Amino acid sequence: MNTPLSLPELPLGDPVNLSRRRFLASTAVGALVIGFGLPLGSARVQAATANAAERGTQVPAFLEIRPDGSVRLLSPFMEGGQGTHTAMAQIVGEELDADPATFVVEAAPPGEAYVVMENGIRITGGSMSVRMSYPTMRRLGALARAMLLQAGAEQLGVPLAELTTQPGRVVHAASGRSLGYGELAGRALDLPVPDPASITLRDPSQFRWIGKPVKRLDAYDKSTGKALYTIDLKVDDMLHAAVQHAPRLGMTVGSLRNQAQVEAMKGVHSVHTLPGAVAVVAERWWHAKRAVEAIQVDWLEAAADSKLRAMPADFSTDKHREFLAAQQGPARDDEHEGDVAGALKNAKTRVEATYHNQYLNHAQLEPPSALARFNPDGSLEVWLPNQAPDMFRADIAKRTGLDPARITLHSPLLGGFFGRHFLYESANPYPQAIALAKAVGRPIKLIWSREEEFLRDVLRPLAVVKFRAALDDKGLPVAIEAVSATEGPTEALAGKQGDKIDPTALEGLTGKSYAIPNKRIAQIYVKGPAMLGYWRSVGNSLNDFFYEAFLDELADKGGHDPYELRLHLLRDNPRLTTLLKAAAELSGGWRRGPYTAEDGSRRARGVAMASPFGSHAAVVAEVSIEHGQVKVHHIWEAIDPGSIVNPAIVQAQVAGAVALGLSQTLLEEAVYVDGKPRARNYDLYPILPPSRMAQVHVKIIESGEKMGGIGEPPLPAVAPAVANAVAQLTGQRIRSLPLSRYTFS
Amino acid sequence: MELRINQKAYQVEVDADTPLLWVIRDDLGMTGTKYGCGLAQCGACSVLVDGNVVRACVTPVAAVAGREITTIEAIEADDVGKRVVAAWVEHQVAQCGYCQSGQVMAATALLKHTPAPTTAQIDAAMVNLCRCGTYNAIHTAMDDLAKQERA
Repeated sequence: MNTPLSLPELPLGDPVNLSRRRFLASTAVGALVIGFGLPLGSARVQAATANAAERGTQVPAFLEIRPDGSVRLLSPFMEGGQGTHTAMAQIVGEELDADPATFVVEAAPPGEAYVVMENGIRITGGSMSVRMSYPTMRRLGALARAMLLQAGAEQLGVPLAELTTQPGRVVHAASGRSLGYGELAGRALDLPVPDPASITLRDPSQFRWIGKPVKRLDAYDKSTGKALYTIDLKVDDMLHAAVQHAPRLGMTVGSLRNQAQVEAMKGVHSVHTLPGAVAVVAERWWHAKRAVEAIQVDWLEAAADSKLRAMPADFSTDKHREFLAAQQGPARDDEHEGDVAGALKNAKTRVEATYHNQYLNHAQLEPPSALARFNPDGSLEVWLPNQAPDMFRADIAKRTGLDPARITLHSPLLGGFFGRHFLYESANPYPQAIALAKAVGRPIKLIWSREEEFLRDVLRPLAVVKFRAALDDKGLPVAIEAVSATEGPTEALAGKQGDKIDPTALEGLTGKSYAIPNKRIAQIYVKGPAMLGYWRSVGNSLNDFFYEAFLDELADKGGHDPYELRLHLLRDNPRLTTLLKAAAELSGGWRRGPYTAEDGSRRARGVAMASPFGSHAAVVAEVSIEHGQVKVHHIWEAIDPGSIVNPAIVQAQVAGAVALGLSQTLLEEAVYVDGKPRARNYDLYPILPPSRMAQVHVKIIESGEKMGGIGEPPLPAVAPAVANAVAQLTGQRIRSLPLSRYTFS
Repeated sequence: MELRINQKAYQVEVDADTPLLWVIRDDLGMTGTKYGCGLAQCGACSVLVDGNVVRACVTPVAAVAGREITTIEAIEADDVGKRVVAAWVEHQVAQCGYCQSGQVMAATALLKHTPAPTTAQIDAAMVNLCRCGTYNAIHTAMDDLAKQERA
């Protein structure tokens, strides 16, 4: 995602209130904060404010050091499995000189203080958390260490220059005395934050934790059921709620035929009509769910002036794909180099092909929920899954008319996200939870059943791409043209921005490094009826499949091995040449096949590359056909993110991205018929089961180039590598996903 | 009706057909067992009933009254469960973690019946879904547990 959320409003301007009370109010539900630190004397507030111009310097807003020396860090980023909380503890701990294992990391509340990314926004997405905040978060740790040293000098009555630290302690070597950080925190955090320019960061050669496979901080809690997600939370006097959504987005509630009977059902507190939904509030969620599903609603078609993207009654994904394929333009160029038309005209060989992909659901395991509570003073607290707390709070303020300062927003752990928890107008339960809490005067926890989630989840976009290419007399590509009929997720959410191309629509067709002198990448913008969103690796999740599979077609047509062709096209790019060779070497040397494996199966391999989110990846896939279905045996992936913080977490992210990549390649597809999703649960929307997983082998290359992302970059090259292997094995070209739509023998 | 969960007796006032999952989560406040699909598709709600793995989201509570139910909250009170948790931490299995309660319960059930499972037995038993794609790590942890038993 190049420009992740270039939405019109980025409401980040609310000043953060750094009062101690405010900070404590931001702690987890019911947590009794007995720690010391972050008190908020006026000196501290002044110090923080004085440095407001410099990102990530308001030390007291981030850190609490408890009497036992444990460190509580409020992270600007949400933890949803990608390991960012552990990475933040490593980065801050390295400079603070505190073992990451002593950290407790939670998501920070909204507020300007936590906007630490170099692009000036705060989201958890676009694989940006570590790479965009790395120097700032290191400096934060170093500033805190400087404050502890200063406090140590005052407390011990010795010159600052005589003090050093060892993990968790300020040490005066001359006298053999030392003080734990926990003993100094009260004094230290009341000191003014030093001038950031006065700080020296640790030499990377001296790193103890950055770059090491530090254990995840959440591994134990997540293996014993102790980790709490929004769906698990409760507050005193809380009621539960469930909804039934309109079968098609935009429809509204006409009348309820059996309201009285439903109100009389066991456990039911009340029945409510909401925009595009009916709701039941009950003492137990099971009662609420059963009752709300029993409501017979007369739904009304969407009003002509509906602000939502109303889903037409005749919408079908297959028909929409045909519609996209029939579009002739106008197309807008995003990349255009050389003379594509001339090269095509004069080509020895021309190659043309049309590719398409499928809509996808996020299908994260935790169904969306939200907990809303109005406090006696009229202020509002909301616990909700989100990837952008400031945007969510601003939206809540807009909806409720409350001053943002009177809204406390909590961001619990995410039970998977993959792009699901951005601010999607019609796809979040919190507006309903807030409305119900207001209506009944008690806190409400609303859970969307899996079926209601599938009905409102936003979709990964669909595209039909027409390729044309020219080969010279040596069979080498000299021109490539890709025209994609599609709508990008950002322009679906924020509206088409004049003539501007949505970079998230074409990324992966654009940004390729192959030395093909004439190229044109263009979009035919086609606004569709389905509400779209970001899905792990966004535009790259589809576009690298198209491009890299078509590149294999060019290799075959030109009589070149696809691996050798890629090396040739990257001959002036040492970084990608090294990467591609590393993937081949990891797989035991490039070997396309088909060949017979030890178990007697016929197998072949495919190769593909992708350069998303500031990182680069190369994948080799090995496949066979088993009972007419593609079996992926191995994925060898080499990835170059420049430099990394935690190799173990990077490996896990690659394995996870491969799984999602295989899932979209082999079996996932969101199908709509008559304006309704065919699947409302995992029975008809299969996600990758363990039996379809490949053995993943990872090679991390730290080229030392600018740090790139990790959560998304390993995904996009998986689909084309598999498709290319299948084409080689079966002789059947793969120009669409998922492969479950093909028959193989 | 009386339920025996984690070696404790609980009196609950619920309809016989209420899924065990929601009794555990909402009536008894034990939230380690997760709701994922409600259709026995994903396995996030896996618990043990008399040592066998059961999907609580489709198990009517009346069907397990009087039987010994074990949830993730008591997993470390069980010797096998404790080893499973240790292996899950050692091999850093969890990512988002939402499915892992169920994975740990499924692993514990398998190892109680088959202390040193083969790869095929692991494949047959460990069928819960994980959207983060921790399947390789789960397999590594299971292989390690099986190896410990053989040694």
